Amino acid sequence: MKLGILGTLSLAIMLISQISFAETVKIGFVTTLTGGAGAIGNDMRDAVELALDHLGRKMGGSNVKVFYEDDTFKPAVGKQKTEKLVKKDKVHFVGGYIWSHVLMASRNSVVGKGPFMISSNAGPGPVAGKLCHEDFFSTSWQNDQTTMAMGEVLNQLGVKDLYIMAPNYAAGKGMVAGVTRTFKGNIVGKDMTKFPAQLDFSAELAKIRSVNPDAVFVFYPGAHGLQIIKQYSQAGLQNKIPFYSAFTVDSLNLPRLKDLAAGGLMTQFWAPDLETPVNKIFVQDYRKKYGRYPTFYAAQSYDTIMLIDSAVRAVNGNLNDKDGMRAAMRRAAFPSVRGSFKYGNNHFPIQNFYLRKVVKDTDGNYTTNVVKTVYTNHQDTYAKDCKMSW
Amino acid sequence: MNWILLLEQTLNGFQLGILLFLLAAGLTLIFGIMDLINLAHGSLYMMGAYFAATFTQWTDSFILGALLALPACMLFGIILEKIALRTLYTRSHLDQVLATFGLILFLNEFVRLIWGPIGLDIPLPQMLSGSVELFFGIHYPAFRLVIIAVGILVAFLLYLLVSKTKVGMLIRAGASNRQMVSALGININLLYTVVFGLGAVLAGLAGLMAGPIMTVEIGMGEGILIITFVVIVIGGVGSIRGAFVAALIVGFIDTVGRSFLPDILGIFVSNDIADTAAPAISSMLIYILMALILAIKPQGLFPPKGA
Repeated sequence: MKLGILGTLSLAIMLISQISFAETVKIGFVTTLTGGAGAIGNDMRDAVELALDHLGRKMGGSNVKVFYEDDTFKPAVGKQKTEKLVKKDKVHFVGGYIWSHVLMASRNSVVGKGPFMISSNAGPGPVAGKLCHEDFFSTSWQNDQTTMAMGEVLNQLGVKDLYIMAPNYAAGKGMVAGVTRTFKGNIVGKDMTKFPAQLDFSAELAKIRSVNPDAVFVFYPGAHGLQIIKQYSQAGLQNKIPFYSAFTVDSLNLPRLKDLAAGGLMTQFWAPDLETPVNKIFVQDYRKKYGRYPTFYAAQSYDTIMLIDSAVRAVNGNLNDKDGMRAAMRRAAFPSVRGSFKYGNNHFPIQNFYLRKVVKDTDGNYTTNVVKTVYTNHQDTYAKDCKMSW
Repeated sequence: MNWILLLEQTLNGFQLGILLFLLAAGLTLIFGIMDLINLAHGSLYMMGAYFAATFTQWTDSFILGALLALPACMLFGIILEKIALRTLYTRSHLDQVLATFGLILFLNEFVRLIWGPIGLDIPLPQMLSGSVELFFGIHYPAFRLVIIAVGILVAFLLYLLVSKTKVGMLIRAGASNRQMVSALGININLLYTVVFGLGAVLAGLAGLMAGPIMTVEIGMGEGILIITFVVIVIGGVGSIRGAFVAALIVGFIDTVGRSFLPDILGIFVSNDIADTAAPAISSMLIYILMALILAIKPQGLFPPKGA
């Protein structure tokens, strides 16, 4: 009799542990799905869905459930939604985050609370430096890196006097810090505009005309990018003062900018035509499924899912093995759209940065192509402030 | 200081002021005459831009598109008034705020259903899409000049309408003393519909002129609505003249503040602090102005007579 009870018990325990091994992988994904920036969030969600298609909707044999949450472009809402994902839905991973200020507000609700946090876009300096954490990973870049590359490009082009415009929030400040760090000429003017409220740049453009610099560099993500470029052209500056940008022209606003963006130069870690095996499949299937070019936001989101998959696979779906999953993610041994790369000690990619140019493809659609490599295996400058080593 | 830059910034401030005036004129009339706080006024601005974008696509001409969008806005405003807002006149202001806030959400979703989540663009005709050289080597975007011209024309027409016609007389009377107007046997419902329709056209006009500069997108009217409220508070609720003067003041202060504050602050504090503080302070300027004016003249600069 006793033996029978023991037998049943051990069978039950075995069953339970079996079940816990086949636990569903729960992923929270916080992005902006409504308002003017909602198009970016939709693009990221589309990329996540494509990644899941490519994985057969399973990770290491386990089912996957993604909870999409809308931060409505507001740090307070982003934090609220993040808390809900962690406390109520009990997700294992929280990904997404377009905006640096939303990420900064949400960070403490995830790291140290159990789940891993993976930024699919935002890369503010603090989380790469002093606030780096063993449970935080990035599949994008640190904010300053892209514009540091732009500073190098401007040096190579012989630009002496530069005028900078960016929105006044965490990422804007990082982007400006980046280009200021590497650009060797004079910065003859700088405007930090109210974000996201200010959409009319007439006053700033008038200042640019009066200063008459050699070149203008801007960082205006999303819908703001569309506006600054339109207004730059309406002010008659387009053919007068060369215009360089970062994260301003993307595959969402290019079909609307068309000729206004033609020939525009920008720096980025990725481009739709980047020659890696994974990127070819990603861009081709994305275009087939959604009928448009993916944005860099989409590429990073695709990588987020692939990174999570590599972690879950490494521990055979045992989601309690956080150390195992962390070790797997640190290896960055997943098929990334940017090709193979290594993680720095702060869990930010050490990767290449390219100069991209707006061109027309063979069907007449506007897209961007790689012109040249600016940085090879570049690590962000905040990594040295990160105490973590592994 | 550079005089050409100052002149150009003055024009920019004027242009922003004109857009604000078009919104504020309607809002101040609706508030002053109908005693209705209409938070959804910014949605009418958005509808104007969406109508113009659609009609511009159909007709291939921005001017035709804009001309078609104006009656569409009026019709939309009148339908909105008849269906949704009429029931709110006798309710408290808090109920009106709640209901019209709901209307903002409804109209945002309505636009998403019809036009999709990604915004639209209004392409300008070639002659308006560049900049022109004015006197003393001042370059100015042609379309922004058109906005200023249209705004001044509309302000003049509104002046004629309000001060020289019978409808205008009723509007003025309504702003001063609503009860008396209805006691005298005026069809106040009809007057309300006319006023709301007029407000909708003005808001739509502002929206369709802002569309080509910025983009036509969901929620585009919400930010500008807050500044519009500042304008009508400064100008005096119910006063078109007040709205005009206040809109120009607010437009000027906002633009010039944004442009010169970093340099001015840079004289007193280090550049780093000035860079960070200037955007914050310049976006506060108009609210500081509003607080000052409320302290000195609680009714605003030009309160309607008898109010």
